[in-house]
Amino acid sequence: MSPSAPTGEPGPDHHGPVPRAHGRRITRDAAGIGLATGAYGLSFGAISVASGLDPLQTQVLSLGMFTGASQFALVGVLGAGGGAVAAVLTAWLLGARNGLYALSLSPVLRVTGPQRLAAAQLTIDESTAMALGHPTPAAAARRAFWSTGLSVFVLWNIGTLVGALGAAAIDDPGTLGLDAAIPAGFLALLWPRLVDRTMWAVAAAGATVALVLTPVLRPGLPVLAAGLVALAASWIIGRRS
Amino acid sequence: MIWMAVIAGSLGCYVEKLIGFLLPASVLERVSIRRITGLLPVALLSALVAVQTFADGQTLVIDARLAGVLAAVVALVLRAPFLVVVLVAAITAALLRSTGLAA
Repeated sequence: MSPSAPTGEPGPDHHGPVPRAHGRRITRDAAGIGLATGAYGLSFGAISVASGLDPLQTQVLSLGMFTGASQFALVGVLGAGGGAVAAVLTAWLLGARNGLYALSLSPVLRVTGPQRLAAAQLTIDESTAMALGHPTPAAAARRAFWSTGLSVFVLWNIGTLVGALGAAAIDDPGTLGLDAAIPAGFLALLWPRLVDRTMWAVAAAGATVALVLTPVLRPGLPVLAAGLVALAASWIIGRRS
Repeated sequence: MIWMAVIAGSLGCYVEKLIGFLLPASVLERVSIRRITGLLPVALLSALVAVQTFADGQTLVIDARLAGVLAAVVALVLRAPFLVVVLVAAITAALLRSTGLAA
């Protein structure tokens, strides 16, 4: 998803309270999103352990990094033998979009001090989409952000714990096809972003660059090189418009 | 080495989020920044799909993972939720291996 423009003109009831039915719906949606991501946390936990991390390292990622695509990328690159530097760089590049989300959320949430530190940690695809999807009144956006962020944080971490301990109890994750689950997970993250021809073209170019470079570069580096495709595509689009 | 990656990766991803709350919102008006942060996940995720499907170290191979990913495509087209997509891929690959149809 990509959040649209952050602040429209405040509506007439922009500063009013959240109507009760509206508030209930937000809470219910937040719980539903939390449950869905919890299930997905289960697969992250299992895949991380199958990639060679122990359950504690896996849990620290879900608590501290708390951004799914970057977590999957970090364990995926490490598991493929890509080394720490390539793994960390890939995770950072994927996490850059959260900074953009935070920029959009900042005028909506109006957080300061310790609240800002907490809001930063909960800034992810889901909480941003919910907050920007309920722009008025501002209190509804705030409730959407905090309820979604907290419900995803709690359930994502519970899912991770169960998945990691479950996979740690299995002798050979390969026989269970967990190595096929890893690219499938990335594909599921990519899928909703393929919204137009530009995105398909960038995806195709990124995959091609990574495959062509796989035999000649150390594992991990081909994926980083694909990041250059995004820069090149951005430059080309900028020149055209 | 894994711990280093876990901690450095987590700190960096947190700082990225925090910076967004500290910078002035006018940064958002720079179209190039919005565009690059939208395109980066697409290029990186598709590269990860490709590499995790075909790479075995530095060699490219076709094995049960490809069948698993193709099954995942079908699940995505049918709008299956994330966990189902991942499970379909894993089960497909595991079945092909246990029946000896693929490596």
